[in-house]
This record gives sequence, C-alpha cells and structure tokens, in this order.
Amino acid sequence: MARVQLRNLEKVYGGAVKAVHGIDLDIADGEFMVFVGPSGCAKSTTLRMVAGLEEVTGGEILIGGRRVNDLPPGKRSIAMVFQNYALYPHMKVRGNLAFGLKIAGKRKPEIEAAIAEVARILEIEPLLDRLPKQLSGGQAQRVALGRALIKKPGVFLFDEPLSNLDAKLRASMRVRITDLHRRLRAEGLSSTVIYVTHDQTEAMTMGDRICVMQAGRIMQVATPKELYTSPANLFVAGFIGTPEMNLLDGRLDGGDFVIGGQRLALDPEVLARLGARRPAAAVLGIRPQHLTLGTAGLEARITHAEFMGHEVNLHADLEGRKLVAVVGAADYDALAEGDRVRLRPAAEHVHVFDAAEGHNVSLRPDRLAA
Amino acid sequence: MDIHADIAATVSDEADAARRARARTISAALRYTLLFAVGLVMLYPLIWLVGASFKTNTEIFSGAGFIPRNPTLSGYVAGWQTSTPYTFARFFWNTFLIILPKVIGTAISCTMAAYAFARFDFPLKRTLFATVIAVLLLPNVVTRIPQYMLFRDLGWLDSFLPLWVPSALAGDAFFVFMLVQFLRSLPGDMEEAARVDGANSLQTLVYIVVPMLAPALISVCLFQFMWTMNDFLGPLIYLSSVDKYPVSLALKLSIDTTEAFEWNRILAMSVLTILPALAIFFAAQRYFIEGISAGGVKG
Repeated sequence: MARVQLRNLEKVYGGAVKAVHGIDLDIADGEFMVFVGPSGCAKSTTLRMVAGLEEVTGGEILIGGRRVNDLPPGKRSIAMVFQNYALYPHMKVRGNLAFGLKIAGKRKPEIEAAIAEVARILEIEPLLDRLPKQLSGGQAQRVALGRALIKKPGVFLFDEPLSNLDAKLRASMRVRITDLHRRLRAEGLSSTVIYVTHDQTEAMTMGDRICVMQAGRIMQVATPKELYTSPANLFVAGFIGTPEMNLLDGRLDGGDFVIGGQRLALDPEVLARLGARRPAAAVLGIRPQHLTLGTAGLEARITHAEFMGHEVNLHADLEGRKLVAVVGAADYDALAEGDRVRLRPAAEHVHVFDAAEGHNVSLRPDRLAA
Repeated sequence: MDIHADIAATVSDEADAARRARARTISAALRYTLLFAVGLVMLYPLIWLVGASFKTNTEIFSGAGFIPRNPTLSGYVAGWQTSTPYTFARFFWNTFLIILPKVIGTAISCTMAAYAFARFDFPLKRTLFATVIAVLLLPNVVTRIPQYMLFRDLGWLDSFLPLWVPSALAGDAFFVFMLVQFLRSLPGDMEEAARVDGANSLQTLVYIVVPMLAPALISVCLFQFMWTMNDFLGPLIYLSSVDKYPVSLALKLSIDTTEAFEWNRILAMSVLTILPALAIFFAAQRYFIEGISAGGVKG
C-alpha cells in the first residue's frame, strides 16, 4: 500500500521565507496525482519533501501509513525521475539501472533479470551498453524512467520529466507514462504517482486528479474534468484551459450580471446555486469555447483574430475588457477586425466569482470546500 | 569586349587569390618562426641540461651548445653511485615512500573535506571555510617553526611522517579549495538521484561524486606529486639521516660532499630526477588541464 498523506506540511527557508503553507492532501494508493502551477508555486519543493531531498520544517508526510519525515530518501519506498534525467554520466545504461539494486544489496542474477525486464518494457535493450552522453533526450528519459521502475517502489515521483523534450516526443512520452501506470495498476502493483509539471496539457491528460498550487498553497484538488467545469476560484479558472477563461468584472443585480453598460441574464440554475452568496463586486467567468456568435448576448468589438485551422480565436474588446471566443472558422468568414459582434455565453457554463475573495460562488455549496 | 573584360577580371581575381595565399603563408611562417624562437629560449635550459649530462666534466663549461662532442654515460654511472654508501636508487625509493602516502592521502582527505564544504550544511561551516582560505593565503614559511616544534614533541623528527601526514589530513588548503570550486560547478542532481537510489553520503561520494571529480582529482595528484618531488625545504628541515634523503636532498648532497664538483654527475642525476614528473605530466596532460580550467574558471 502506498497511500501518501500530507498533513499540514510546511516549508520555511532560513526561518523566514515560507514556501509551503500547511498543505493537507491525501493521495490514494495507485492514484496518478499531478501537481500543477506556475513557476515558484512550491510544487517541486513539495515533491522534494516527499522524496526526502528537502527537509520538512512543519507537518507530516506519511507513505503507506508510515511517518517518513525523518527517513532518508532511500528508505521511503520511492523512486524519482528528474527533469534533466540525472543519469550517472560515468556509468553505462546498465549500470544506471543496476545502481539502486546494487546499493540495496541484491544479487547479480536478480539484478540482471530486473534489468532485462525493465529494458523490455521500455524498449531500451539496444541502449544497455551505451553511456548517457550517447543517448538522445527521449532515450535518456526512458532510461531515467527505467531506473525508477526497476526499484518497484511504492510511489513514483516525477519532477517535470518531459520539460526538456520537444513537443512531439513529449506527447509520445506522455502516453507511454500513462500506459505504464495503467499497466502497473492492472497488475496490482503499487503504483502511486506524484507528477509535477507546469504544463496543463500534461496535467489534464495524465492525472487521475490534479492539485493546482499557487504560492505554496493548494488552490483546488479535483479530477481534470471537474477542474475544467467547476473551478473553485479565479486562479484555477484562469490557469486551467486554453485559451484562458474570460474573467469579466462587474456586479450582480437581481437576476442579471452587469458588465459596464451591458446586462446578462443569468441562468436560473446558476442563480439558485448562488443563493444568498451575492458579493458586492463580482467576476463573471466564461470559457472562450462557451461563447457563440449570434444576435443576442454581450456586444464586443473584434480586435484581432487567430486562425487555428478549423476554428478561430476571436479577440474582442468589451467596454475596455478583453474577451476571447473560439468560433468556427466558417462563422468568422463574414467578419473582419473592427466589426462589432454579439457573443452569447452558454448559460449553464457561466461562473460567478467573488472579486474580493476569488471564490467561485456559483458552485454547488458542497464543492466549495476545495 | 565583354569576354575580354571577363577574362581580365578572372585573371585579376586569380592574381588576388594568389597574393592572399602568399600573404597567408608568409604570415604563418613568421608566426611559427617567432613561436619556435620563443619556445626554444624557454626550453633551452632544459635541452642544455639533457645535452650537458652526456658531456665530460671539462666540456660542460667550454661552450653554450648542447650537443656533446664526445657523448659519455660516465656522469650517469658515477652519479648513480653517489659519494655516500647508498646509490641513487635508495633516494628514489625514499622519495617514493614519501610521495605515495602523501598523494593517496591528499586525494582521499581533500575530496572528503571538499565534499563536506561543497554539499553539506554544518555548524561553523563559513568560519571553517574562511580559515581554509586564510591558510591558503598564508606563506608556508610562517608555519614552519610551530610545525617543527609540534613534530619534535611528537617524536617524528628524522622520519617521513612530518612530510606526508599533514597533507594526508587535508592540510593542503589549495587542493581543498580547488576541489570545492570544481564540485560547485557540478550539478547536484546525480547525487540526489543516488540518495533516492538508497546510497548514503559515503556511497554517493565514492560511486557518484569521485568519478565525476576525476579530472580535478588527477590534477590534485599531479600537483602533489610534482611539488613533493621538488620539495627541498621540508626534507631539509625534518630529515637528518642520509639514508632517508629523498632525491631533492640527494642532489644537493652531491654538491656538498664533493670538493671539485662533478657537474656532469649532478646534471645527469638532475635529468633522472625530473624524468618521473615529466613522464607523468605528459601522460596525464589532458586531465591535468581539464581539472585546472574547470576548477579555476567555472567556480
């Protein structure tokens, strides 16, 4: 069992700079958890604390129910894949794979068998007698993965493992890692994963759940779909999704949301969810994909358009607020920059945020806790 | 007309190209001549030393040329025998007995000290490192007398111990500093990976850090080897029995004990004395330069 629990986890540097502010998180056995957030949000620091490479200054880390705060990395039943692979430069691939097992005192036949198995799974058999400097980025990353896999750890830790690869290779490695995780899980092997990335595509496509972090705090922990459809706050709303969610400041007035001089009637269901939570200053959130060109809705002036192939990212100005809508390429044909258009939000996908606190006040109350 | 103009232009282009090629050749010839001349001036004493060691005693001072008129090995044969009951082999052996523990000890102790300074946080680290730098800046001569008193009290006089024990306990601040600088230029990821793989600090040092540190370590060993080989003052202070003399003292011995200096013997033994250092330097030249440049520039 490799359940990972973080309890009020804190990291303070030099007694003054607080990097991690009391994180509480429960990662189930076999779960693929992604930590995502902008640079400096302490996602890597948190991962490194779980790994034992960074001292814990407050709170607890439990792996498989055992407190590991004071255990060295080698005794935590973890394996880690580093951003720049961190392969031992003077050892051949075989030596890199074998190192952990040798240190653990395993016998040679056992090590050889393990190397053969991992090399087969990751298709690195032809590379076994090469030095790291003779490997391409993708090959080196597979070897790094192999070095983690061979230990059969309880928890795999990935620290931005694909950042150094080109886009195409990244996509294929993403699939490979996800497949590998599913296979391990299907075979009943302990395979909890904590995966740190700043790339939301990786987060959305790989994670069972995603933990969005900012400035050392957890903003929301949810499944990729839930993060996309029900962002808990302005940060998550703006961070997840491409192009970013439109966030338009305004106020609530009865059943309407007022943006500058324009009124938008809110969906009765959204109003029902709002209930008594009616902040004085509010922000309306609507994804670019949920805006359609029509005769009703918010009026805006097209500032420029990005042709993406089958669709167009329409950038518009709504009374001094920036607005993006993703519309069909055919719909844009008749339009030009400078035209005034009406964009109608899909009522059920509208979110209302408290401008002061940042919370999504239009979520079902039971989801607010995150 | 056009054809004529073209031909004229082509001819002039070719003439230009030929001129440029000639200028390049002359420039290269000048540069290499100058380099050769300066190189010769710098190397001449060494070349003369080798040439003169094959001359007879009378011929040595008869001219500045280095090619012996009547080459003879008498300098080597007589010089090797020395004027003491011991041959030069004894002195080489003594040097070896000092160098071996000193070089090995330096490599091990300085690596450990540098690793600690570069990778760990411990109380008084900054103060201790400042002390290392201070020792680095201190002239060696200043510590000679207190060291002598200390070793006298330990009963180590007239033994090899004072010559290698301090170095084997990371006493050479320069090497510690050099290795610290080199280590700081190495990324720490591999060491972290080793820790995740279950290695403790010592295993990480031995299996991961030392192989990466090899160029710098080779430089350290070479420096220590050459400096020890050339060290004259240390053995002069601490060793009093002739049977314990290293080659540096033995060379001086042949000057002291012979009334009429047999210069060709001295020169022949000098050639033999510098041979090991030269051989080792050329064999490990690549690592040597890599180690110094990485430690000194990148740090």
